[in-house]
Amino acid sequence: MLHILFPYEAKRRSINMKYQVQENCLTIYLPREVDHHNAEEMKREADAVIDRNHIKYVIFDFERTDFMDSSGIGVIMGRYKTICLIGGEVWAVHANARIKKILTLSGVTKIMQIYEEDER
Amino acid sequence: MKNTNEMEIRFDSRSANEGFARVAVASFMTQLNPTVEEVADVKTAVSEAVTNSIIHGYDNEIQKVCIRCRIEDNLFTVEVRDKGKGIENIEEAMRPLYTTKPEQDRSGMGFAFMEAFMDSVEVESEPGKGTKVKMKKAIGKGREIWTTQSL
Repeated sequence: MLHILFPYEAKRRSINMKYQVQENCLTIYLPREVDHHNAEEMKREADAVIDRNHIKYVIFDFERTDFMDSSGIGVIMGRYKTICLIGGEVWAVHANARIKKILTLSGVTKIMQIYEEDER
Repeated sequence: MKNTNEMEIRFDSRSANEGFARVAVASFMTQLNPTVEEVADVKTAVSEAVTNSIIHGYDNEIQKVCIRCRIEDNLFTVEVRDKGKGIENIEEAMRPLYTTKPEQDRSGMGFAFMEAFMDSVEVESEPGKGTKVKMKKAIGKGREIWTTQSL
């Protein structure tokens, strides 16, 4: 199953694209700032996609993100709760140093894998 | 004499103002010549406190949130106040992972983040009256070592 994730190849087709589904894997292209304000909409939309497409893997793509607070952690934890029931996984890609710090500090890295591109 | 400066902003407790609040505070703090990391720390802490006021203090009702910032030499103080429902048990509320709204996917990490990113966090609250979160951070710690070091 993980061959879909490695190497990480989900190419974003347009800057406005927020979600991409490949087989049972959903990539969420996070906005520049992930806070309580935009987390609400993201949760709603992501849950609808997860439900419709039998998603097992959720990839959070932080390429554009330079700010995240604990609301973002809530989004990750919530999606993990849904997909861990079917043995799914949550991943982070393109996380900068700041985002990694937030992820580590919150302890969410215990359930979330961080994909490092330069390890390839 | 101490070098001081103050500002105060008051805005509706709408989630759209969370971004405004942290940018306003970050912009006021630039006069201390902070590092990118220090600005990011303060922005995260302010975001957590304002979010708390909006979703817990006011339960998403539209009222006013007030932020007061004070600079005293290199010490930056930011106070986030609401006149919302207040906190019954502050100690419990500050415990990492504790949340009263797990169904809304709240992580329970708000106060933990404030404490991690600021030097000190004080919470005053009275049920039915509101909550005040006062956070302090010394800006430019360790920078002097660089500037005074002879090469």
